[in-house]
Amino acid sequence: MLTARLINLHKHYDLGSFVVKALNGVSLDIPEGDFLAIMGSSGSGKSTLLNLLGGLDRPTSGQYILCGQDVAQMTDDELSAIRNSRIGFIFQSFNLIPQYTVVENIQVPFHYRPGYPPISPLDEARSIELAEQVGLGDRLDHRPFQLSGGQQQRVAIARALVNDPAIIMADEPTGNLDSQTSIEIMRILKKLNAEGRTIIMVTHEDEIAEQAKRQIHMKDGLIAGEGIFRG
Amino acid sequence: MGRYLRTVSLAMKSLMLHKLRSGLTMLGIVFGVFSVIAMLAIGEGASNQAQQQVLELGATNIIVVSKKPAEDAPAAGSSGAFILRYGLTRQDYRILSKTLKNRIGGIVPMREIVLDVRHIDRNLSARIVACTPDYMEMNHLKLSTGRFLSDKDIRDRSNVVVLGSETAERLFPTENPIGSTIQVQSRAYRVIGIMQNRTASAAVGGSLTAQDFNKDVYMPLDTFQARLNTGDYIVKRTSGSFSAESVIYNQITLRVLDRNDVIPISESVRETLELTHGAKNDFDVVVPLELLKQADQLRNIFNIVLGSIAGISLLVGGIGIMNIMLATVTERTREIGIRRALGARRWDIIEQFITETVVLSSTGGLIGVLLGLFTPTAFGLIKFVVTTYVMDSGTTSSEMGRMFIGMTPQIAWWSLPIAFGFSVVTGLFFGVYPARAAARLDPIEALRQV
Ligand SMILES: Nc1ncnc2c1ncn2[C@@H]1O[C@H](COP(=O)(O)OP(=O)(O)OP(=O)(O)O)[C@@H](O)[C@H]1O
Ligand SMILES: [Mg+2]
Repeated sequence: MLTARLINLHKHYDLGSFVVKALNGVSLDIPEGDFLAIMGSSGSGKSTLLNLLGGLDRPTSGQYILCGQDVAQMTDDELSAIRNSRIGFIFQSFNLIPQYTVVENIQVPFHYRPGYPPISPLDEARSIELAEQVGLGDRLDHRPFQLSGGQQQRVAIARALVNDPAIIMADEPTGNLDSQTSIEIMRILKKLNAEGRTIIMVTHEDEIAEQAKRQIHMKDGLIAGEGIFRG
Repeated sequence: MGRYLRTVSLAMKSLMLHKLRSGLTMLGIVFGVFSVIAMLAIGEGASNQAQQQVLELGATNIIVVSKKPAEDAPAAGSSGAFILRYGLTRQDYRILSKTLKNRIGGIVPMREIVLDVRHIDRNLSARIVACTPDYMEMNHLKLSTGRFLSDKDIRDRSNVVVLGSETAERLFPTENPIGSTIQVQSRAYRVIGIMQNRTASAAVGGSLTAQDFNKDVYMPLDTFQARLNTGDYIVKRTSGSFSAESVIYNQITLRVLDRNDVIPISESVRETLELTHGAKNDFDVVVPLELLKQADQLRNIFNIVLGSIAGISLLVGGIGIMNIMLATVTERTREIGIRRALGARRWDIIEQFITETVVLSSTGGLIGVLLGLFTPTAFGLIKFVVTTYVMDSGTTSSEMGRMFIGMTPQIAWWSLPIAFGFSVVTGLFFGVYPARAAARLDPIEALRQV
């Protein structure tokens, strides 16, 4: 069963005087339950690829099938609904909402569920349980600026999980963290993968990438190879 | 429903993040709404005042006043005796009484003149009003003590007077005036009654300015004509020359039985009098009911003019909100990106920002309404300051000054929901553009913002 299939995907940015070819024909299959690390040098197109995979952006050309549906055929609202219920995002810079507390941040995806069901006591319990799982049970009412980087990233992970998505997209989730915290985060991601979730992670650190099931290397908007290349 | 409550509470959370900014932004709306309510209250108060004055003149009354014809006026400084005869005559009174007998409830002729009145060593210049008993009722005057003039007083030409409240107070500061005598042109008159205090009523036009009944002295018409008005004319000394004016009645007031009859009867009064007075142009027909209609129109004009001025300040408040919301959208681009990434639709973003704007403007509106309720208090304070520190006796007694002092703003209750509604609409209107700008942002571009 495939989670995502990319066929000859292009993403070009027309800057007027010249065109930046961020993705230049990427084809890729991601099976269900995969743990994929996307590697490559800066500017090689990793984030661009991840954003397309996450339905945050649309390709210039090529086909992208997400959960059996052609993204090109989907409306903006349909794509939003998919992001809300099927995909959990973890960003390098955490991206928490500053005026909200830990629990409120974790609950943001609840507000945009299709049909806008009210936040039930069950939902409430789930968000607190997730906060506890990432080790923030005693900081539910803290605001992001009162938390360390690692703690903020764990809030972001809890938030990514709150709607029980099948796919987790993480763009350099450990990029802003020290090695000890990185190990913690990776442990959580591996556990999520073991639960059956598909994980797609961008990183440029070999030790992090090693822990994924599969690695692809990007170069100039193309997949240059698979597997671990040391050195 | 629950969902909207949630949206509103989230909006409050965002607004509370910048309390000072939200408060200052709200201020524009607060004062906009406040000034709408205050302006309408002042307009309402002014027109109520005007209406009250007209009603005191009597909505079913028709007042015919003698008017000095302009073209016949003697040139200033001309010497020699000269008698100017003009105005309403006994014949006019008889004709009007006869022809309108069945359609009117009363008719009162009146002669007035300002003379010195005296009690022992107290001297006072007062308006002597010579009239018949109906005068009191027709002018909505109320007796304080004693009695008013009676038919018998008229018949007997009794030497009696009824005093206005201020006249009584100034001539008799300590004693009881009833039974005492006052002197007018060295003849004595017995005081039989005192009137209640009454606020000055609107000017009737023609010979009269604003009528201040408190300074009156009422005397039986026939007494006046027998004792004071020898030969029906009164000699005036003006800067070295004598001039004599002969006026029989200064006013004839008619009370109409049916309000709908007021205008037609006033027209027939005018026509009747024109038959005898011809082109002399020495009388005026004043119809308080028409003044009432004018007062109504005045109210509408006031409301529109003052309301629009206040509306402009509300508009300015709205532009202030829009300005801040646009800045907020720019500042919170990243938040918008995060929400979009987490599944927010464009409409969700629009809803969020419009809600924030409306919460801001309607909170401002609510505060403005509450402030608006204090308009009469605030106006009273201003009135106090102005009357104590700015106005002197000259301005106080002027028409404008009297109007200002006599006026109390009256909150038009309908203006409260309307002003509040406008604050909500202002928020909606000025919130749309920033909200759409927020929703148009591309999620990726928005997330890239620092
Ligand atoms: N909105 C944009 N407009 C123009 N060029 C863009 C835009 N977004 C990305 N690019 C370009 O596309 C290329 C790929 O960018 P991308 O962010 O995918 O790189 P990356 O592999 O994630 O790099 P890094 O490791 O530094 O994050 C870069 O050359 C970048 O300059
Ligand atoms: Mg990147």
